[in-house]
Amino acid sequence: MAETLTIGKALNLGLRRAMEDDAKVVLMGEDIGRLGGVFRITDGLQKDFGEDRVVDTPLAEAGILGTAVGLAMRGYRPVCEIQFDGFVFPAYNQIVTQVAKIHARSRGRLAMPIVIRIPFGGGIGAVEHHSESPEAYFAHTPGLKVVAVSNPVDAYWGIQQAIAHPDPIVFLEPKRRYWEKAEVDPDATPDPLFASRVVRGGDDVTVLAYGPMVKTALQAAEAAAEEGRSLEVVDLRTLSPLDLDPVFDSVRRTGRCVVVHEAAVTLGLGAEIAARVTEQCFHSLEAPVLRVGGYDTPYPPSKLEEEYLPDLDRVLDAVDRSMGF
Amino acid sequence: MTPAVADDGEEQRVSLSSATTEVVDPVPGAAAPHLPQQPGLVQLLTPEGERVEHPEYSIDVSDEELRSLYRDLALVRRWDVEATALQRQGELGIWASLLGQEAAQIGAGRAMAADDMAFPTYREHGVAWVRGVDPLHVISLFRGVDNGGWDPVDTGFNLYTVVIGAQTLHATGYAMGLQRDGAESATLAFLGDGATSQGEVNEAMIWAASFSAPVVFFCQNNQYAISVPLERQSRVPLYQRAAGFGFPGVRVDGNDVLAVLAVTRAALQAAREGQGPTFIEAFTYRMGAHTTSDDPTRYRLASELEEWKLRDPIARLKAHLSRSGIADQAFFDGVEGEADELAARIRKGTLEMADPPGTAMFDRVYAEQTPQLAAQQAEFEAYQASFEGSGH
Repeated sequence: MAETLTIGKALNLGLRRAMEDDAKVVLMGEDIGRLGGVFRITDGLQKDFGEDRVVDTPLAEAGILGTAVGLAMRGYRPVCEIQFDGFVFPAYNQIVTQVAKIHARSRGRLAMPIVIRIPFGGGIGAVEHHSESPEAYFAHTPGLKVVAVSNPVDAYWGIQQAIAHPDPIVFLEPKRRYWEKAEVDPDATPDPLFASRVVRGGDDVTVLAYGPMVKTALQAAEAAAEEGRSLEVVDLRTLSPLDLDPVFDSVRRTGRCVVVHEAAVTLGLGAEIAARVTEQCFHSLEAPVLRVGGYDTPYPPSKLEEEYLPDLDRVLDAVDRSMGF
Repeated sequence: MTPAVADDGEEQRVSLSSATTEVVDPVPGAAAPHLPQQPGLVQLLTPEGERVEHPEYSIDVSDEELRSLYRDLALVRRWDVEATALQRQGELGIWASLLGQEAAQIGAGRAMAADDMAFPTYREHGVAWVRGVDPLHVISLFRGVDNGGWDPVDTGFNLYTVVIGAQTLHATGYAMGLQRDGAESATLAFLGDGATSQGEVNEAMIWAASFSAPVVFFCQNNQYAISVPLERQSRVPLYQRAAGFGFPGVRVDGNDVLAVLAVTRAALQAAREGQGPTFIEAFTYRMGAHTTSDDPTRYRLASELEEWKLRDPIARLKAHLSRSGIADQAFFDGVEGEADELAARIRKGTLEMADPPGTAMFDRVYAEQTPQLAAQQAEFEAYQASFEGSGH
């Protein structure tokens, strides 16, 4: 029966289902047990599944990922919570040199079914290191997969699909949208994890977004419609591998493409997407692919983050520029 | 792991390493230089080959077992010498020699039970040997054919980990898995003296202590992290670090295969019985270069090496076996013959080792190849095929 859930609660229920389905699923992270996580995503799970399956770890991110590798070698499916995006870097070595490479290194003998959950992105008025968008580092790393959810339905199914998947996955959760609500039907058939999705049809410009920016893109499409412009919005959902066939189909119709993300534009996901769209849709393009993203600065103090983060107006500005070519 | 090859000192380096491959019998009764002040050093066989007792660690080894320990030590040294020669002849990209560390590795490896799991660095060829890994599967890594061809699960010997210290966390996590499975097994995490400075190694020891994980940290203190001596890594003897993490630390004579076997066996058994981790510091010496790309004459004195040659791990066991009549010349000749056969097999196998097909790099990146990677592989194959018949 369908239920109205926040993204946070949908993740909590999805984790619960995954733990019920497979006794090898072990959650690891800082403050995820007794406290239920700083965002309460794991609330109540240690009480029900015990301290061996919901592990309050010492405060050391490399330790979380490094021991997850050993547990995975032993047949477990670790789900690691990194408390905030900016705290993933102490674990970067383990993720990039070990988690990502062990399957290839061992010629497939060792699987690494590890999920790395990271609340990412800004807009919550936090101090330094709590608002970052590190997805490009991981999407650039062969051996890893990267997904970003934008809504409760994808959160509920996506976390279960990621845990059941044999490859290591960086699972990005839009922290400022944790409290967004939607109907989730646990009896529905979910979309595949590694597939993008057109979330609003349109004819004039194709707008691509993922994670927290999907809502922003949809708001922009709403506002554009009032001015008589029709935006097609695609939720990329999977950042590695990218699923761009629906994007190419869309751009071949609209001839225009704008990519939106919070991460700094230079060498961000938008750069890769612009290159691919150009390669595949060159003769259909009416304008260059434009990017809307964070500036190439460290994430600013929170009083400036509204200026840093893409918003409805900056998306519409890019749409105007695209239409003006 | 691969510093630039120094352009000087080449001759001297080669002569040093070849000089240290012989097993020199100590003169009976002659005193070898003793290790610097070593309170608490566990030793059961002196550098002169005398059996001695230790109040906490004893070992009951049959004559047969002693002979087979000698055989392992001699064979891995021969393998190592052959691999160094193959590298010099251009057949291997690089080789990380275990010369001088044979007793530490054979002792540790022989202490393991079949179900225990080893997490090596990139130098544990002696442990690989004991775990039944084909030397050619190790050689293939250093030749650049693959990243190690053995099955880590079947052998209980993980693939080599080149990033310093990362494997200590894997060993700890695997040990946590053993705990959850109720398995009466343990893991043996190998590391060097340099690795003790790594944050991840310290995290591994905190984790192991916090969860009382069945892991034994086996640190071969070979005195140098490439060129940087131990003094730059630690103000205290390494085994004393364990106290700060809340578990036992033991320093063992790493050139004494019997002491290493006894200490590691006891630590693994304690771990299997739920007593948690132990840190073992095997005090030894890297008699060769860090790797074939290194030139130790730039950072250490030849006299230091000469001192350590007198503490050679193989010579002392040979002296003991000879003097006690446990082995005769025919036995030693037999081992030497076997070593020559092994070396010949390694040489032949190396020379015959085929390069992998270009498409091998696309394999197993993921459990199932992604569409993106499949497209790149197709591009690669088409590009390669475009040269067919063109003489390129």
